[in-house]
Amino acid sequence: MTLLVTVFAAIICTALWYRDVENKMRLSPLCYMYWGASLMWFVDAIFEYAELRAEFFTPAAGDMLNDAFLGFSAVAFGLVIWLAMLLIKDPKGRFHKVA
Amino acid sequence: MCCFVAPMAEAIVTTVTTIVLEHTDKSAKQAGELQVATKKQTVCKNLKVLSKMLWGGSVLLAFEHVWHGELQAFYPFLTAASSPEAMSQMWHEVATVGTSMAGLVTVTWAALMAVRSKFHKAVPAEVEAHK
Repeated sequence: MTLLVTVFAAIICTALWYRDVENKMRLSPLCYMYWGASLMWFVDAIFEYAELRAEFFTPAAGDMLNDAFLGFSAVAFGLVIWLAMLLIKDPKGRFHKVA
Repeated sequence: MCCFVAPMAEAIVTTVTTIVLEHTDKSAKQAGELQVATKKQTVCKNLKVLSKMLWGGSVLLAFEHVWHGELQAFYPFLTAASSPEAMSQMWHEVATVGTSMAGLVTVTWAALMAVRSKFHKAVPAEVEAHK
């Protein structure tokens, strides 16, 4: 579930990056972050599948909920890092205008 | 347990390599070796993408380990470091899962760069300098 949530976040970010031709939102670091994490969790899932086999596809509801919660929290954490980077770089000069 | 250690180690290596290459690129530009500078610029740009993927992934994975209580804020930082059995299990996981993670990210990055180089030709340092 964590993998699935991160993959969807990566796909959405990549689509938004493709739309932002002028690169004013600096979305590429966020895309790389989510794709990197997705690939790593994919490897984790392969090793888990090798261990659990068919059981891997029938997780308990509680585990799924916890994994989904973790996935959304990881996505939120990534967004916070990206926002901090965006505000530090300030590509649109917002802080400059305020000052 | 601590599989993110392997990609994080690779991220440190790529970041240091990028910094060193950028430094030598400046010296090459000053010496007027524009072809060398262009090549180094391209390598630096590509390596930065790999570092971002590795750092980003490692940070989110580290977050997952904090979530599961495998990382702590005080020494020895890893809960697995409390017993020798857990330590050996941790190193086994780093060697298998962690190395595979770093390998897959690197292979994906190499494929991405190969596709990208087909679409974009390197901008000569001379042109880049006039931008």
